[in-house]
Amino acid sequence: MQNMRHYVIMAVLVVVVAVLTYSGLNSLGLMPVAASAQALPIDWLFDLQVKAMAFFFAVVIVPLAYSLIVFRRRDGDTSEGEHIEGNTPLELTWTAIPLVIVIAMGYIGASNLAQIRAVDPQAAQIKVTGFQWGWRFEYPQGFTSNTLYLPADQQVVLQMESLDVLHSFWVPEFRLKQDLVPGRITEYRITPTRVGDYKVRCAEICGTSHAYMEAPVKVVSRADYDIWVADQTAQAQAAAAASAGQPDAGRGRTLYEESGCKACHSLDGSKGVGPTWKGLFEESVALADGTSVTADEAYLIESIKMPGAKTVEGYPPNAMPSFTYLKDGQVADLVAFIKTLK
Amino acid sequence: MNRSPGSFSRAVLFLFVGLLAGLGLGILLHTLTSGVFNATYFADIPSWMLGFLLGTLGFFYGLLGYFGVVRGLIFQVLGTLLGAGLVSAVRALLKTSFFDLATFGLTEPAWVFGGLVGAVAFLAGVGALSDWWKWARGEETHDHHEDIPGWRKYFGVSLDHKVIGIQYTFTSLLLLSVGGLFALIFRTELAKSGLDIISLNFYNTLMSLHGMVMIVSILVGIAGVINYLVPLLIGAQDMAFPRLNAFSYWVAVPAAVLLLASLGLGGFDTGWTGYPPLASRAPVGIQMFYLGVWVAGWSSILGALNLIVTVLRMRAKGMTAFRMPIFVWASLATSIISLTATQLIGLSFQMSMFQRLFGMPFFDAAKGGNPVLFQHLFWFYSHPAVYVFVLPGLGIISELLPVFVRKPLFGYRWVALSSIGIALVGFLVWAHHMFTSGMNEYLRVPFMYSTLLVAVPTGVKFFSWVATLYKGKITTPVPMLFVLGGIVVFLMGGLSGPPNATVSTDLHLHDTYFIVGHFHDTMFGGYIFPFFAALYYWFPKATGKRLNETLGKWHFWLMTPSFLILTLFMMRVGLLGMRRRIADYDPALGFDPWHLAMTIAAFGIALAVLIFFYNIYKTLKSDQMATGNIWNSRSPEWQVPSPMPAHNYDHEFEVVGEPYDYGLPGSTYVKM
Repeated sequence: MQNMRHYVIMAVLVVVVAVLTYSGLNSLGLMPVAASAQALPIDWLFDLQVKAMAFFFAVVIVPLAYSLIVFRRRDGDTSEGEHIEGNTPLELTWTAIPLVIVIAMGYIGASNLAQIRAVDPQAAQIKVTGFQWGWRFEYPQGFTSNTLYLPADQQVVLQMESLDVLHSFWVPEFRLKQDLVPGRITEYRITPTRVGDYKVRCAEICGTSHAYMEAPVKVVSRADYDIWVADQTAQAQAAAAASAGQPDAGRGRTLYEESGCKACHSLDGSKGVGPTWKGLFEESVALADGTSVTADEAYLIESIKMPGAKTVEGYPPNAMPSFTYLKDGQVADLVAFIKTLK
Repeated sequence: MNRSPGSFSRAVLFLFVGLLAGLGLGILLHTLTSGVFNATYFADIPSWMLGFLLGTLGFFYGLLGYFGVVRGLIFQVLGTLLGAGLVSAVRALLKTSFFDLATFGLTEPAWVFGGLVGAVAFLAGVGALSDWWKWARGEETHDHHEDIPGWRKYFGVSLDHKVIGIQYTFTSLLLLSVGGLFALIFRTELAKSGLDIISLNFYNTLMSLHGMVMIVSILVGIAGVINYLVPLLIGAQDMAFPRLNAFSYWVAVPAAVLLLASLGLGGFDTGWTGYPPLASRAPVGIQMFYLGVWVAGWSSILGALNLIVTVLRMRAKGMTAFRMPIFVWASLATSIISLTATQLIGLSFQMSMFQRLFGMPFFDAAKGGNPVLFQHLFWFYSHPAVYVFVLPGLGIISELLPVFVRKPLFGYRWVALSSIGIALVGFLVWAHHMFTSGMNEYLRVPFMYSTLLVAVPTGVKFFSWVATLYKGKITTPVPMLFVLGGIVVFLMGGLSGPPNATVSTDLHLHDTYFIVGHFHDTMFGGYIFPFFAALYYWFPKATGKRLNETLGKWHFWLMTPSFLILTLFMMRVGLLGMRRRIADYDPALGFDPWHLAMTIAAFGIALAVLIFFYNIYKTLKSDQMATGNIWNSRSPEWQVPSPMPAHNYDHEFEVVGEPYDYGLPGSTYVKM
C-alpha cells in the first residue's frame, strides 16, 4: 500500500514534469525559421524527439528527486535501506520497451530520410565550388555568381565540388548539410519555399579562416529568378565579348575578388597562402627548384592555367587549385590587373 | 621535504630561470636567423614554448635534482636533437635538402624522427626500460622494488600499482588544467563576436589541442583510477605485469610533451580529428600532434592488456564473475575496447603522417586516394573511445551509489552486463559521425539503427540507478553529490544523443554547437563528475586524510550549475546555426549574449576546479587523519587501515558474500 502511494505520486509528477519540460522547450523556439520543403519533415521528427526527451527526462529525474527527498536519511537514523536486490521482470520491461521504441524511431527515421531525399526529375542543376575560403556558383546558362540565387518552390540539385580540402554546405534555414569532398561530386537536393535572404556557411573545418567561409543565399520568386538569370546571362556574354577584344584591369579586379584569388594572394605585399601580387609583374621570382624566372605575361598565364608547373620558393607545391573554367579573355583580364599592382 | 636535494622555493626560482632562458634563447635564435631584432619576438609562441619547456625542467630539477622525470625530460630533449640531427645529416649527404639557416636544417622529416627518438630516449632516461635491459644482459632484478620513502618516489619509476595510479592521476589533473586553460583562452575570444585577442591560427591550434589534451587527460585519469583500485578490489598484490604497468604510464609522459610541442612548431588548424586533406597542408605542428597521439596509444593498449590479464588471473578466492565489484566489470569492458580499437587511430594518423613524409597518397584524391577512408579508420577507434571514457565513470557511479544509499545495487547482473553490451555495440556505430561526409547514402540507415541501440543498455543503467535510490537511506556527502551530478549531467548527454543518431535530424545538427554541448555533457557526466566523486571518495584511502567537505560542496555547487548553463546554451545556439570550430561568428546571428554567458560559466567551472586543488593542498598540509572505514563500505580496501599498506593485504582475503548486500543483517562481502 505504501509502495502504491509512492508510485501514484511519482507517476503524476512524471506526467507533469514531462508536459512542462516539453512545453517549456517548445516555447523557446528551438529551430531557426524553416525555409525549405525538406525542413518540414525534419522539424516534425525533431519535435517528436523533443517529446521523447521530455518524457524520459521526467522518467529518470522524478524518481531520482523524489527518492532524494522522501528517502533521505533522517537525523539520528542509523538503520540500513531496504534489502532489494533487483527485479528481473522489471529489468526485462525496461530493456524491452526502449528496444521497441528504438526500433520504431529507426523506422521513422529511415522513412523521414526517404522523404527528404525525394527526387523531382524536373530539378534544376547548379554547380557549387567550395575553396579556401569562399563559394562560387556556376549556373547552366553559362555564368558564375558569388551569391546563390534560388527560385522558390522548385527543387534544385547542387552539384558540389571542392578545390582543396573538405568543406560542408549548410544553410541552417534549409536544415540540410552535405560535405564537399575533393576528387568527387556530392549532391545537395533542396526545395526552397520561403523567399528571403540567408547565408551558406561552411560547417566542416577547412583551415584558419573557416569561420569566414560564407556566401549569401537569396531565395526569390520564380519571376524574379528568371529576370536575374536573363540579366546575368547578358552580362556574362557582354563581359566575355569585351574580354576577347581588350584585356581590362577593372574586370580583372572583379575576377580576383569573386573567383577566390584573394583568399591566398594579397595586394599589399603581405605573405599569404600564396605569394602576394603586389609588384609581381616583371619581377624576378625565385623558384623552389633553385632556379628563377621573370614574372612576365607568359609566366603569369601559365601560373593561372597550370598552377603546378612552377612552385615559388617558400611555398608548398600544388597548393593552388586549377581554374580551368576561366576563359582566355578572363585570364588576360587578371594579368592586366596584376600589371597595375606596382 | 625528506631526503630531497631540492626544495620548493628552489623549484620556483629555477622555473623562472628556465622560462627566461628559454624565451631568451628563442628570441636570440630568431634574431640570428632573420638578421634583425624585432620587439614582436617577445610575443613569439615558439620562444614561449621553449621557455615553458625549460621552465618545467627547471622546476622539477629544483624540486628533485637529477632524478626520474628530470632525467627523462633531458634525455627527451637530447634524443630529439640527436634524431633530428641524424636525419638532417643524412639528407644533407644525399643532397635532398640544403642546410637552411632559418630552420637550422630541421625539416619536417627531421622533426618527426627526432620526436620519435626523443620519446624512446625519455623512457630510457627515466628508467622505464632498465629492468628489461638488465634481463637482456642476464642480470637479476628484484621482483618488488623497495620504493624510496616520501613523495619523491612519485617522480621516478616505481612498480607499485598504487604509486603508478597516483602518478597517472596527478598527470591527468595536470593535463586537465592545461586543456582547461586552452579552453579558457579561446572561450574568452568567443565571449563576443569579432577576432579580438588571438590570431586565427592560434585559435585553431588551441581548440584542436584542447580536444586531444583532454582526451589524453581522460585516458590517463581512467588508467589512474583503474590502476589504483582494481588490484585492491580484487585482492591482488599488484597488476599482472608491474614493469609493463610502469612502462604504460611513462610512455604517456613524452606523448603529452609531443602533443604540446605542436604549439611550438607552427600549431595546426585541423581540429582534434586531424582530417586530411586539410592535415596535409597544415604546419609541421600536425606531425607532432599525430606522433603524440600515436605514442600515447601504446599507453592505452598495454595498460588495457595488463588490466585484462590481472582481472582474469588474479582475483581473490571465491570472487566469481558475478561477485566482482561493478567497477571491475566496467574496467574490463573499457579495456576490451582500448586493447582492440586504439590501433585504428594509430593507423589512420600514421597513414596521414606517411602521406606528408613519403608522399604516399592514401587520402589524396588527386592521386587515387580517398579522404573519406581516413574518417572510417579514425572513427572506428574514436567513437568506441568515448565508451572507454565513460564506462569506468558509470562504473564508479554504480560502485558508490549503494554505499551512500545503504541498499544493494539494483539489478547487479544487468548493470554489469550492460557495460559489456555498450562496449560491444560501440564497435558498430562509428559511421554516425559521417552522415554528411559523402559516404554511401544507404549505409547510413544501418548505422542509425546500431547507434540508437546504444540507448538500450544505457537505459538499463539509468533505471537501475534510480531503482537503487528508491527506498534507500540516502546521505549526500561530497562524493555522493558528484555521483548524483554525474547521473543528471549524463542524462542530459544521453537524451541529446538520439537526434544526432537519426540521419535526417543529424543533417541539421552535425558540426554545430549542439554536438559540442551533447558531447561535453556525456564527457562530464560520464567522466569528470564520477572522476571527482572517486577522488573525494578514495583520497582518504590513498593518503589517510579526508578532503574538506565544505570546500568540496563549494566545488560541486559552483561547477554543476556553471556546467549546465555552458552546455545547454551551447545546444541552444547550435540549433539556431552556430557552427563548431569557428574562431568568430556573425554578430547578425545575435549569439553575443549567449556566448558571453558561456564564457562566464566556463570561468565558473575553472574557479570550482581551483577550489578543488586548494582543498587537496590544504588537506595534505593538515594533520587530521582519517584512517578507518569512513564511508562504512563493504568493499575489501576499506577493511584495512588507510593509507593502504605498501604490499596491500597482509593475508589474502576470501569472498564470502555479495558485494553490495547493504541492509542484509549479518552478511559481509569478504572475510579478511
